[in-house]
Amino acid sequence: MFSKRNSAEINAGSMADIAFLLLIFFLVTTTMDVDAGINRKLSPWEDEPKPSSALIHGKNIFTVLVNSQNKLLVEDELVDLRDLRQLAKDFINNNGDGSCDYCLSSASLPNSSVNPHKAVISLQNDRATSYDMYMAVQNELAAAYNELRNELSMRRYEKEFDALNPQQMADIKAAYPQVISEAEPVEL
Amino acid sequence: MSKFKKKSGGGTPGISTASLPDIVFMLLFFFMVTTVMREVTLKVENTKPRATEIKKLERKSLVTYIYVGKPKDMYASQLGTEPVLQLDDAIARVNEIKTFVISSREEINEQERPLMTVSIKADEDVKMGLITDIKQELRKANSLKINYSTRKGEVFGEDR
Repeated sequence: MFSKRNSAEINAGSMADIAFLLLIFFLVTTTMDVDAGINRKLSPWEDEPKPSSALIHGKNIFTVLVNSQNKLLVEDELVDLRDLRQLAKDFINNNGDGSCDYCLSSASLPNSSVNPHKAVISLQNDRATSYDMYMAVQNELAAAYNELRNELSMRRYEKEFDALNPQQMADIKAAYPQVISEAEPVEL
Repeated sequence: MSKFKKKSGGGTPGISTASLPDIVFMLLFFFMVTTVMREVTLKVENTKPRATEIKKLERKSLVTYIYVGKPKDMYASQLGTEPVLQLDDAIARVNEIKTFVISSREEINEQERPLMTVSIKADEDVKMGLITDIKQELRKANSLKINYSTRKGEVFGEDR
């Protein structure tokens, strides 16, 4: 009886091998990359694009053109990608008609928006623009809005935008609505 | 005398490997938790562009993927070197997107259909012409929520 109980132990020496086998199986069949990216909403398809009835005043449009050589033309001026974020921020945050009490900018530039609600960013690219450059531009424009929202939420609630509750988040989003319009590509 | 001899001749004792399975299991569980099963075999090159302002895609069941890029070297003889798109496991043409998107929308239950997102996983070397065609097809299929898949990282490379 006693000797039998003693011999009942199973050899666990191969346990490591089995575990390694499983480990290698999971390493091979799975991927680690988290899916992340920039979210955008497309406009619904229209068979005959009708001319827009609401005319937007020229100074409320911030035109960004990217040509086939990946050069950036902002408001008819050749600019570097590094300056795009600040230019977009200045444009949106421009308190042209004085109705924006949270904008902080006292200088109202003649060619920038009258207030953040009216500001529209128009993005147009060439068919030969590289996707890399296009994403960089999208990223910078998104960054401009995110920075403005973050600054406002720090002033209003003393919290980062991401840490706000849904109600506050909606408030901030309404203060800086993100309007990026994309025109169909043309030869630039 | 023999007693002493035995002791001195032993050399260094072997390291116990009893805890090795535990360590390996720990690694195994780590990988099981942090990774997801690979769904498709990529036939195209896929180096995603970098971006900083990214949002995580949640609810994987509501996401449909479109892969765009140059065919990998092993497929280059059949598919050429121009960027193509891949839907599920097959290389497809742009005009097949509409059917693909609509059929994957059918698989989602009805209340959640408006939440469906199409994730465009395009290689950074792809030209915008192809991406624009894809976007137009998505608009026609009335699938308007899209996500440009990117890696996390600064956008300012050496070339800019």
